[in-house]
This record gives sequence, structure tokens and C-alpha cells, in this order.
Amino acid sequence: MSERNNLLEVDNVTIRFGGVTALDGVDFSVKEGEILGLIGPNGAGKTTCFNAVTGVVKPTSGAIRFRGKTLVGQQRHKITRLGIARTFQNIRLFPEMTALENVQVGADARHKTSVVGALFRTWRVPVKPHELVEVDAKSGFGRAVQQVRRTGQRIFGLSRHTLEERAAKEKATELLKLVGIEHRAGELARSLAYGEQRRLEIARALATEPGLLCLDEPAAGFNPAEKESLLELIRKIRDTGVTVLLIEHDMRLVMGVTDRIVVLEFGKKIAEGTPAEVRENPAVIAAYLGVPTDAA
Amino acid sequence: MMAVLDSARKADEGRVRAVTGLRDRWANLPYGWRISVLFAFIIFLYALPGLEIPLISTPDTDFTSVLFLCAVYVLVAVGLNVVIGLAGLLDLGYIGFYAVGAYTVAILGSPNSPVVIQFPWVVCVPIAIAVTMVSGVILGWPTLRLRGDYLAIVTLGFGEIIRVFALNSDITNGNRGITGVPVPSEGTWPEWMDWFPGITAGRPIFSVSNVIGFYWLALTLVFICMLGVRRLERSRVGRSWLAIREDEDAAEVMGVPTFKYKLWAFAIGAALGGLSGALFFSKQTFINAQGFDLFTSILWVAAVVIGGAGNQLGVALGAILLAYLPERFREFADYRLLIFGVALIVMTIFRPQGLLPSRRRKVELEDRAKEGAVGE
Repeated sequence: MSERNNLLEVDNVTIRFGGVTALDGVDFSVKEGEILGLIGPNGAGKTTCFNAVTGVVKPTSGAIRFRGKTLVGQQRHKITRLGIARTFQNIRLFPEMTALENVQVGADARHKTSVVGALFRTWRVPVKPHELVEVDAKSGFGRAVQQVRRTGQRIFGLSRHTLEERAAKEKATELLKLVGIEHRAGELARSLAYGEQRRLEIARALATEPGLLCLDEPAAGFNPAEKESLLELIRKIRDTGVTVLLIEHDMRLVMGVTDRIVVLEFGKKIAEGTPAEVRENPAVIAAYLGVPTDAA
Repeated sequence: MMAVLDSARKADEGRVRAVTGLRDRWANLPYGWRISVLFAFIIFLYALPGLEIPLISTPDTDFTSVLFLCAVYVLVAVGLNVVIGLAGLLDLGYIGFYAVGAYTVAILGSPNSPVVIQFPWVVCVPIAIAVTMVSGVILGWPTLRLRGDYLAIVTLGFGEIIRVFALNSDITNGNRGITGVPVPSEGTWPEWMDWFPGITAGRPIFSVSNVIGFYWLALTLVFICMLGVRRLERSRVGRSWLAIREDEDAAEVMGVPTFKYKLWAFAIGAALGGLSGALFFSKQTFINAQGFDLFTSILWVAAVVIGGAGNQLGVALGAILLAYLPERFREFADYRLLIFGVALIVMTIFRPQGLLPSRRRKVELEDRAKEGAVGE
């Protein structure tokens, strides 16, 4: 495992909000292809750490590098395009858009069509036979219109817009299938059940084709059965080649799925290692259970 | 009181169901049927000035003028819908763009403007669109970092600045205004159009006294613009706008360049506003700073909201109601602010999504049924 390259390097990062030091000289790295757990008691700075990585907050000092490129000062959408995607602790979907559209927005991160391309359907590409419009209208006029479109596409090819729309839809459907909610593709995101919303967030993040997927408490509010299937999902995601950075409260889940764990407390890293090592670490036990004072 | 509210809600639910049923039936029609019906409807719209339909025609004013006003307002609403309905940016100074477009055409095209050069209409209008787009970007660049209410206040200020500028500047002739705003073309109706009621061959196509030419032009532009916006709506751009409207931060983190797309929404909205301003004042042939007031701006927003922000047919309906009702019921025209205000309040209570439920109607209806069940 030690030969693996570092995908993400968090280098001596300090973040202060006014007088509060949320992160204090935190150092860790995420290696290609692993699942790294980030744990710690409430207020330890886990989410702040995520926010720093995804560009939501700017570190007071220190460096964050992804595949060797520095992330500090980058715009958030550019960080996403570099290959970091995230979910949110409090679900933040686009509630009035369908599940499919939510994922399509993520897929759009890799696409290029903008206003001019969408308006005038420029950037034509030669069309392959199976990509032609299907002529399925039964009545005469509609049939004629579709025939015209078909001929048009044969002559002028397909626009990048059309190709990207199809690709986005295909990818979105595929990802919904991966997270197991393809049957709700046409529903509004806000009408989905809580667990489905969490899964949808993961699908949306995956649609941006990340190298690193940051999951912020994906199992919050789940029952044991749901947690189990989430574990499955996270492993499946890792197996597709995506590195996962996971914040989680549930120790069993963290111990079960992660390759390595970084423990934060009061903004400082207090331990790092494999789940077994971390479990035995006295500092971690103290942080979670409290230290017996001499007086007591 | 609660019983009244409940029964009203129930009635509204029935209406939504009716509309939904209609829409589903429409969607299930064969493609050819849909296109044919659409075609027939469009032809009907073009033919409207020639048809004497007893109930809907306006007895007190020239019906074609009212239709023209409707078309211009629909154009305004389509543009405003991009900004408010799709991108979710509350713009209370939309009339500023309308004024900029109108004044650009007037200044560049009229012989009575301080600018000596005189361009024909077909040159003026693209310039006007470009100028309004640029003014949209100039307004948007610094202000689109603001959100919600703050943006509304700044845009409101922009609208007022344009009006006050027009009132006091030399280039706009101040309060005297500019006469002789160019018409689209000096041409006359050809012989073969003579059959249409209201058209006399040899008379100018575009004149104040006979507005059919203007109406047809406006209607054509409305269709082109609606088609264009529809294309944007159903593309990556439209999805990005919706995402920004729903949750700007989440959109940004999902890779949407939010600032760029907000700026585009502003620029496109501005361009459509400018175009409608240019169109309306070529018909008026006279322009001054009167009429670019805050109330009109707010009424437009109300029309978009009442019609159904985000749904093109909805906002078109809202705009038509706004333009048509005061002309049809002249006796109530003075109360239109009051009526629209009440309508807005009633709508926000019963139907925040607007008159025409957007494509999300089905789920929404189910949700409401659930809410109702919980309430009882």
C-alpha cells in the first residue's frame, strides 16, 4: 500500500474563524484507490477539513494539493473539474429538479456546451446510423417532420449539444442504477425518501467523474440495514477506481470499510493508521470516552 | 375561515387535476396531431386581428393594438422568466433594459435625436440588443455576487437610475423625449394581402393607425424568442440555471460555473427586454422618460409570478392577462395595481407556483394531497 501515490495531500493546514482555530496544522494524505476515514468527536474540524479541500473555505495557512496541483485559491467549480466531488452533511440536492436532472447537473461538469452551442446547435459531428432520430410517428405530418429531421441529421451530423445531452442522460441513468434508485428517476428530488436523497447525492457527486469522492456523514440517520447496504455501495464505488474520503460518526461503519483512518480532535490530528491501530490508540480512546482525572 | 380556505384549496386541486389531465392527454397525442394543432393555433393567433370574436375583442380600444401590447408583454415576460423563473434572480429593474433598448433605437434611428447619424431600423435593433446585453453584463458583473433581496434592491436602483438619466440627459432630449422613432420598414402592403380584413393595399405596413404589421412582427419575434429560450431551457445551460436557482452553493460545488451562467441569464434577459422596448416604441414613434416607472417593473414581475415562473406558457399567460385585462375592462383599469396586488397575495397563499403548473405538477399534486391528509 505504501507504493501508492498520494492523490490528495493536506499539508500543515490551519484555518481560523476569527478567534476560533478550527484546524490547527493538520497533515494527512489520501492515497490513490483507498478509503480513508476522517473521524473525531463533534466539533473536531472534520467538515471544515472537507470544506477546505473542496474550496468552500480558504485555509489561513498551509497547502492542499490534488494530483500535485495546489487547490488553495482555486474556484470551487474548477476544483470539481480537477476531480474532487463531495456530498453534504445536511443534504443539499436541487429539490425542484428530478432525480435524473440532479445527476445530469453533475455530469454537465464534464461537458462543454454553453449558450451559443445550445442555441444554435453548433459543433457538428458526423452521425452514426444508430444515432439517427427514430421515425415512430404514425400520422402523416409528424412522420414527415421526423423524416426531415432524420435527413437533416444525416447530412449535417449531430451537434455537440445533442451528444452531450444523450451522454449525460445515459450516465445519470447508469449512476442511479448504481446507487439503486433508478425507479425514482423521474421524481422530484424533494419527494424522495431520506435514504434515497442521500444516495442521490452520492450519484450526483459521482457524475462529475471524480478521482476523489468526499462523503460527509453519508450514513447519518440510517438504520443498521441501510448502513449495511451503504457499506456495500462505498466498496462498489472504490472498486470502480474512485478514492473515497469518508467522514463518519458510526465507528462500526468506519472500522468496517476504511483502509486507513485519520482522527481529529479540537482541530488537531491525534492519530492516523489502520482501523486496528486506531482502535487501540490511547489518545483516540481518550478523545471518545474521556480521560479519567486523577481526582476522580 | 378555515373551511373557506379548505374549499378553495380543494377547488384549486380540481383545477390542477383538470390541467394535468389535459396536459397528459396532450402529451399522449401522436406527434403529428400535436404539431398540427400547434400549427392551427399559431395561425389562429396570426389571424386574430381579422376575426371579430365578440367576447374577447375590446370595445373601447383598437383590438389589434391590444394584441400588439400583449405580444410585447409576452416578450418581456419571456425575458424576465429567464432571469427570475429559471436562474432565480429577482430583478426589479427590468424596465431599465426595456428603456435602454427603446432609447438606443430612438437615438440611433430618429432624425430628431441629438445624434446626427440616422440608421435604419434593421440596423438599430441589433445594436439595441447588443447595447442592452452589455448593460446587463455591466449591471451584473458587480451585483451578481449579491443574493436574494440585496440583488432585488440593486436592480431596482438600476431601473430608477436609467429613468432619471433619461429624464435629465441631453442625449435623450430630457423630458421632451424623442419623436420620429423609426418604424421597421417604410414598405406598403402588397396587392395580394388585400383580402385580410383591416389591410388596404398601398398603405404602409407599419403605421400607428394600423398596427397589424407591428402585431405580426411582434408575434413572430415572440415565437422565435420562445423557441430560443426553450432550447436553452432544455440544455446544459437551463439545467445549470435551475441548479443555481435551487441551491447556488451546491451547484457551484457540482461544477457549475455559477457566476458565468448568472451573467448569461442577465444578459439574455436584458437582450429580450431591450428587444421588446425597441419594438414597442417603434410603434409609438415617440419616447420619453414617462412610462419607465417602477410600477411597470413590479407589475411585470407580478405577471411572471402569477403566470407561473419557470414555465414559458405560464408567464406568457400572465403577461397577456396583465396587458389585456385593463384594456378589456376599461372601467377597472385604474384599479389594476390593486387587483394585481390582491391576485399576488391570493396566489402566494393558494398557488405559489403560478397559474399554469409547470412540468413538475404531478408530484406536486401528490405532495399536496399528502399535506392535506396530515392537516386533517
